[in-house]
Amino acid sequence: MASVILPAAPSESRPGRFGIYGGRYVPETLMAALVELEHEYNAAKVDQAFQTELAGLLKDFAGRPTPLYYAKRLTEELGGAKIYLKREDLLHTGAHKINNALGQALLARRMGKKRIIAETGAGQHGVATATVCALLGMECVIYMGDVDMARQELNVLRMRLLGAEVRGVSSGSKTLKDAISEAMRDWVTNVRTTYYLLGSALGAHPYPTMVRDFHRCISIEMKQQILEKEGRLPTAIIACVGGGSNAIGAFYEFIPDKQVRLIGVEAGGRGTALGEHAARFSGGSPGVLQGTFSYVLQDENGQIAATHSVSAGLDYASIGPEHAALHDSGRAEYVSQDDAATLNAVVKLARTEGILPALESAHAVAECLRIAPSMPAHDILVVNLSGRGDKDMGIIAHELHIQGA
Amino acid sequence: MAIQFNHKPGLVVYVTAGDPSLEATRDIALAAIDAGADVIELGVPFSDPLADGPVIQRASERALSRGTSLKNVLALAGDIRAARPAAGLVIFSYFNPILRYGLSHFVDHAAAVGADGVLVTDLIVEEADEYLAEMERAHLAPIFLAAPTSPDERLEAIATHSKGFVYAISRVGITGKQQSMTADAASLVARIRRWTALPVAVGFGISNAQHVAQVAEFADAAVVGSAIVELIERSTPETAPGEVARFIEGLRQTSAALAR
Repeated sequence: MASVILPAAPSESRPGRFGIYGGRYVPETLMAALVELEHEYNAAKVDQAFQTELAGLLKDFAGRPTPLYYAKRLTEELGGAKIYLKREDLLHTGAHKINNALGQALLARRMGKKRIIAETGAGQHGVATATVCALLGMECVIYMGDVDMARQELNVLRMRLLGAEVRGVSSGSKTLKDAISEAMRDWVTNVRTTYYLLGSALGAHPYPTMVRDFHRCISIEMKQQILEKEGRLPTAIIACVGGGSNAIGAFYEFIPDKQVRLIGVEAGGRGTALGEHAARFSGGSPGVLQGTFSYVLQDENGQIAATHSVSAGLDYASIGPEHAALHDSGRAEYVSQDDAATLNAVVKLARTEGILPALESAHAVAECLRIAPSMPAHDILVVNLSGRGDKDMGIIAHELHIQGA
Repeated sequence: MAIQFNHKPGLVVYVTAGDPSLEATRDIALAAIDAGADVIELGVPFSDPLADGPVIQRASERALSRGTSLKNVLALAGDIRAARPAAGLVIFSYFNPILRYGLSHFVDHAAAVGADGVLVTDLIVEEADEYLAEMERAHLAPIFLAAPTSPDERLEAIATHSKGFVYAISRVGITGKQQSMTADAASLVARIRRWTALPVAVGFGISNAQHVAQVAEFADAAVVGSAIVELIERSTPETAPGEVARFIEGLRQTSAALAR
């Protein structure tokens, strides 16, 4: 279908293409800034001082490397594949988002930009951005949908404590998509002074590539750790996919290892009708949203559809373009888990391993619960536990009727 | 039927199609043409208009709540063309509704209803190969936006791939009001003219006769969008055509007086 509307040009022929996906679909005003960003990023990639400073902060400030933890009780209870958890939830600020926030903030400083803007869904990227701005002494404005501000209030408070200005977005569905549009409007207006610190592997080139590169450390560590512990590669890696930053970070180093299954888990929400979920591959079709060509949940007129997920971080109508390419090539598989299975996974992981996953990451745990029991004991599953669930306690308590004081 | 600016400066009027209804948009467009608009830009409402300010966002929401689709907008363009054969007519859209419609199908349909040109807000020249080939095939004018931030090499590509006119964005930012014309606009127009003999229209934030008179000093046409859409928002479907006509006549007369 996609090839009908955009011929499959070789990715080299257009910048930032993953197969036919990706590219740059932005207002002209932003083009000079995107080209400058691409040049600066390419220069920073080979700048030893930049890479050394980033590595130092990832280690001493963020807490890398994160452990690869053998989930013994969960493995025994499910009675199938051996389960490991990549503990991105243990990072400073509580999720993988800090990897990219640190990298891009250093890049912004290198470019001489002192004002940072970002969007956030679950608030984890907003908190990570507010944190690095505090660390580097930069002005920080975070756009967040009103619906997300209400359901992730703890993160709103954290961002404000860290000195960021949080601006609520009341247009459209009042979630991540609308926060991105509002951040882009700010960027178009203030492009000469402002750096847009995009939080997922989304948007116009070079963002999907750059964000993926800043999260590659996840799969680099994972590969080394599993080889140390097991002497072989895992059978499968499971990660949740909203925009797709933690998933692409967890998958990337394993893409050439064809025997390793790569499983992305989208939000199944509360039903399969358009508007009830955020499963882009089963319910969407190729289109352009917010700068990139990828799978998009849309109606027959090309209007972007509403989405629903219990997790704000997966509640988005499009998906990173590299995932679209991995989907079409068959290299990665994409499934979905619904709200109910996700809440069940939260309880299961909390009570068997003493780990409270973020609702986003719990989608990946739910898929692990589904497939592990039927896999042989010598198979190895690695779940990328992208974030911790403290931020979600309000929703979890409400949904599961857990009583407080 | 071609894009021509018969006034000095020419006037391009943007309306969001389907706000408040398709019938009202037709009447407003005809009234605008009769009041002196050289070109009508028919805006296709989109759910996520990231280049637009609050006025056009609200208009898009109103149009979408009535179910306005690209197909409806093309039919409306055909009605306007039938009623006013000489006016310039441009379809103004985000890319996704066009992709969903099918690029080839859209271009055929736009040409068949008598549109002169198309402007796609979020389609830059580098991503436009297939679009340009289709537009060429159907003899439609692709109009690209040029921004104050665009370096010369981009302006060259924008100017050489545009037909009909080049749309110069008056300032960095989204659509909507501004207090006064910035120096950005005049220098951008001068830079564009190095690459093309096409007319240059200046838009974004042009909301009064003073702005139009200023634009007349260095460009060929002014684009008025949000100010018209806001006027429509404040009017009823019955009064909007008359209000818009009076506003455009006022722009013409006062800007001419200011120029003298």
